[in-house]
Amino acid sequence: MDEIKHDLQNPSKATHEDLFGRGITYLCIGFVSLLVISILYFITTRGLATFTTNHVSLWKFLSGTNWNPSLLDKHGNPQIGALPMIVTSFSVTVLAAVVATPFALGVALFMTEIAPERGTKILQPVIELLVGIPSVVYGFIGLSVIVPLIRHSFGGTGFGILAGTLVLFVMVLPTITSLSVDSIKAVPMFYRSASLALGATRWQTIYKVVLRSATPGILTAVIFGMSRAFGEALAVQMVIGNAVLMPHGLLTPSSTLTSQLTTGIGNTTMGTLPNNALWSLALILLLMSLVFNILVRVIGKRGALKK
Amino acid sequence: MPKIITSKDVHLSYGPKEALHGISLDFEEHDITALIGPSGCGKSTYLRCLNRMNDLIKGVKITGSMKLEDQDIYAPGTDIVDLRKRVGMVFQQPNPFPFSVYENVAYGLRLAGEKDKHVLDERVETSLKQAAIWDEVKDHLYENALSFSGGQQQRICVARVLAVQPEVVLLDEPTSALDPISSAKIEDTLMNIRDQYTIIIVTHNMQQASRISDKTAFLLNGDLVEFSKTEKMFIHPDDEKTSDYLNGKFG
Ligand SMILES: Nc1ncnc2c1ncn2[C@@H]1O[C@H](COP(=O)(O)OP(=O)(O)OP(=O)(O)O)[C@@H](O)[C@H]1O
Ligand SMILES: [Mg+2]
Repeated sequence: MDEIKHDLQNPSKATHEDLFGRGITYLCIGFVSLLVISILYFITTRGLATFTTNHVSLWKFLSGTNWNPSLLDKHGNPQIGALPMIVTSFSVTVLAAVVATPFALGVALFMTEIAPERGTKILQPVIELLVGIPSVVYGFIGLSVIVPLIRHSFGGTGFGILAGTLVLFVMVLPTITSLSVDSIKAVPMFYRSASLALGATRWQTIYKVVLRSATPGILTAVIFGMSRAFGEALAVQMVIGNAVLMPHGLLTPSSTLTSQLTTGIGNTTMGTLPNNALWSLALILLLMSLVFNILVRVIGKRGALKK
Repeated sequence: MPKIITSKDVHLSYGPKEALHGISLDFEEHDITALIGPSGCGKSTYLRCLNRMNDLIKGVKITGSMKLEDQDIYAPGTDIVDLRKRVGMVFQQPNPFPFSVYENVAYGLRLAGEKDKHVLDERVETSLKQAAIWDEVKDHLYENALSFSGGQQQRICVARVLAVQPEVVLLDEPTSALDPISSAKIEDTLMNIRDQYTIIIVTHNMQQASRISDKTAFLLNGDLVEFSKTEKMFIHPDDEKTSDYLNGKFG
């Protein structure tokens, strides 16, 4: 009798295990959240210090074209205009996405609609390989192949937005391709049969039904690609030229937000204006990746509504 | 009445497995023909032969002859796209595209290169009226077709097929995924268009077959057992197997 009472009034072994498991999960979640929050906090406070501690105007920072944080200009103002880097970052990102998307879609369609078996068998490993290559290798190939090639074909130094775009093109291609493949595969088979049964050819079915139904997914893929391109530092730094100048074309050396960060971060002391200015660049990067994330969510929601 | 489709000794195999063992069936113009039979007897398979949808399945082999009027459906030079415009198909699951109602119905016309807005508008309206769905969608033409009920979606699919003005309409269990009221509406739709189209419908619903069809074909394990006027088949079937099936002894 007492034994039953004891069993009923005290938590069982299973309950204990349950509690223990839950405890561990919450602990991990707590730790990760703390990490994320502290990163956000750190970048934000540091990034804002330029404006709060050093009293640089936000507008000057965003629209100025001179970047030389360690020196004052002739009026005694710090030279921290980030516009050249912002422009360059957006240029390489958008150009890389624009160039990569048609190729990615071609490959994705080949793998899903045209030759699913053969295509997947050959191209899947290629894509996985491209993802796995470290960015320093891409940068190195860019530096030793693409930059000289551009120099010989178009003149100039070869460094610049064009070189950056080409390197990023190869790097975002697998991202856009594999996400597009997923979204095309998710288009139900019966849309295809309905279209074919109405007398559509295979191509008409692909571009009028399959691509159209997969559009939200494909847009998401492109944005993921752009977000990767925007954040890529090392490979870009090796081919972009790293001169903080307003780009005058695709062939002049320039600098992206990321490349400036990697070049500069080792040469400044914490708490000084040059250092704070770099943190402000990091803050822009952070905000941009937030924007990319929000875009993905918005498109995902819209797409979900349509189905 | 003239025959619009004639098929003779059609054998079909999926890989090594033969699913149709020599079926000969003719369809008269502007008739409604019902195909009945237990699950797996080859009704869908036979239906898909008529617009060559079986071509999409790997390893399918078809012998025998099938003609639409006097044109061989399986002749080497046949234009499949043209064939499928003349022989439309409605599937078991309502499968409208995730576009607006209007775009769904106009789809086949746009494929054919029709760009004139007036022609499109008119054909969309006529088709939706024929499919007995116009009143329910006329104020929502630009809404996504998937936001309608299953029964409405199925009638939109019927309208989508009618818009192409096919000669023959194939329906593979068009009401099996629908509630009785929606099914009745689809039946009304078919009665509505029976004078202009030749209709071949697969159904598991005996009442449905008897209500709407002029002729009925009973298939069993890949063979045609009996093919006659619907009234006759339901009242005095020639074959014992038919009468057993109709009386629910198997299937
Ligand atoms: N794609 C396919 N590949 C291989 N075998 C198939 C395929 N489709 C159908 N079959 C086979 O062919 C035979 C006839 O199938 P079918 O779908 O035509 O039957 P059905 O009469 O339409 O049945 P139901 O009433 O269940 O729809 C079945 O034995 C089935 O297993
Ligand atoms: Mg079937």
